[in-house]
Amino acid sequence: MALEQSDVEKIAQLARLDVDANEAQEVTKRISSILELIDQMQDVNTKNVAPLAHPFDAIQRLRPDEVTETDQREYLQAIAPATQDGLYLVPKVIE
Amino acid sequence: MSDRTVAELSRSLAQGEISSVELTRDYLDRIAQHNTLYNAYITVTEDLALAQAAQADAVRAKGEAGPLTGIPIAHKDIFCMQDVLTTCGSKMLANFIAPYNATVVEKLNAAGAVTLGKTNMDEFAMGSSNENSFFGAVRNPWDTERVPGGSSGGSATAVAADLCAIATGTDTGGSIRQPAAFCGLTGFKPSYGRISRWGMIAYASSLDQAGPISKSAEDAALMMNAMAGPDHRDSTSVDMPAPDFTANLNDSLQGLRIGVVRQHLAEGLDANVESALQDALKVFEGLGATIKEIDLPNSHLSVSAYYVIAPAEASANLSRYDGVRFGYRCENPVNLEDMYKRSRSEGFGNEVKRRILVGTYALSAGYYDAYYIKAQQIRRLIKQDYIDAFKEVDVIIGPTTPNTAFKIGEKNDDPVTMYLEDIYTVSINLAGLPAISIPAGSSKSADGKSLPIGIQLVGSDFAEAKVLNIAHQFQQHTDWHQQRPEG
Repeated sequence: MALEQSDVEKIAQLARLDVDANEAQEVTKRISSILELIDQMQDVNTKNVAPLAHPFDAIQRLRPDEVTETDQREYLQAIAPATQDGLYLVPKVIE
Repeated sequence: MSDRTVAELSRSLAQGEISSVELTRDYLDRIAQHNTLYNAYITVTEDLALAQAAQADAVRAKGEAGPLTGIPIAHKDIFCMQDVLTTCGSKMLANFIAPYNATVVEKLNAAGAVTLGKTNMDEFAMGSSNENSFFGAVRNPWDTERVPGGSSGGSATAVAADLCAIATGTDTGGSIRQPAAFCGLTGFKPSYGRISRWGMIAYASSLDQAGPISKSAEDAALMMNAMAGPDHRDSTSVDMPAPDFTANLNDSLQGLRIGVVRQHLAEGLDANVESALQDALKVFEGLGATIKEIDLPNSHLSVSAYYVIAPAEASANLSRYDGVRFGYRCENPVNLEDMYKRSRSEGFGNEVKRRILVGTYALSAGYYDAYYIKAQQIRRLIKQDYIDAFKEVDVIIGPTTPNTAFKIGEKNDDPVTMYLEDIYTVSINLAGLPAISIPAGSSKSADGKSLPIGIQLVGSDFAEAKVLNIAHQFQQHTDWHQQRPEG
């Protein structure tokens, strides 16, 4: 299925990516060619075939709800772009 | 000595011919001399390596050495190493000092391996040529004008150019096997879940699997013994104890039933690759195996299904890169939305952005059933084809790649051309099966360079030991794996 440039802009917004106006046409063309490849699937009859999400159909294992990790806040925040008083800083959200 | 296998080096260390510190210095010298050309390493951990080597020598002196004690290895830069730069080949993580060790790293440390550094890779493991790295393309030691394959291209070049004895890689759609084939090496992808994914930066979680890139199947088995096993920190790791992967290496192949996929011989296969495959089948027949043609009727759909499932999972996994807790943040964001968008747009490369967009589309309202669910249904058909095939044969043998290593820049104009590189490898990830690529021939390029050809051996669920046995027996009777690039 061929995409319009406006479709790509919408998807980019969902993915929180900027598509540069200069590149939008090229990106649209390339994504459309990928979708064309993918669309081979559409001719196959998959009625009554259960989707396979995990190669061995495994389900999520659960563990006992016990605290096993120690507090490493300072160590883990050392690699953050911006922190203050143990909190992550981001641009102001609430006016 | 740097050109030897792990098994050979292990014997030399045991016999006291060389110490681990001396061996490690050898490799570090070679890296210092050659890495500028090959660009195989992103980070060299010289101080750590020498400290680990001294420790390994001390362990050996106490009589407590194992097969990997003191062996210099390299990790694909997708594995988190505590207090070491871990970039995943991306500008997004170009400043990321990992605060913990991947399970694979921890296990290899515990086995006494010496870590020389972190190898180059396609950004977030998305690529088949290693040209998608923020840190630049990697060169193939067989012909430095050509790609080493990807995404574990740095690991493959590092092993092939003797810049380490063995390396870790990861394989989501062929990223261990294809570079192994292009570089004349042995590349092993175990069954899904056999090796913990903890601390292995996620691309497509239902497909990603770690494994070794080595100079022999025996080395791969030695490495598997250290890497494999259940891990409570990865809920998708398989909850069964790992066997001794070296135990069956010397089993006879008498009576082995080999399947050859009819569809693989039909279209688009390079004549040299096909003749290498036919020669290999004759070797196996000589060892007592029988050959049977089999059908994988849905195999032609594997690239399509893969390029829905992998990008869909990637788009979810990569949503964590938002410039808040770690990794790249854009300069002077005006608001939160601007920070997310610019951090991601400036931090990710083009191929990563393309796959995020495709994956987001496949998961978006109105398209989820047509793309994502459809691809998972096709995935079941592909898996069922393999289940049926393994009722008739013990192993499936075919080409790893449609052709030999291509030139840098030759295929990176069109993503679809590059995706078709993965035509023989992706179905195995979709089915979660173990598979190995081993060298089985070579062809001459137009400019007279010798280029390796790989063939792929695919086993049934958890039949790793069998696959390694078959590969090892082939290597006992051929010398393709011993051929080395010139220079």
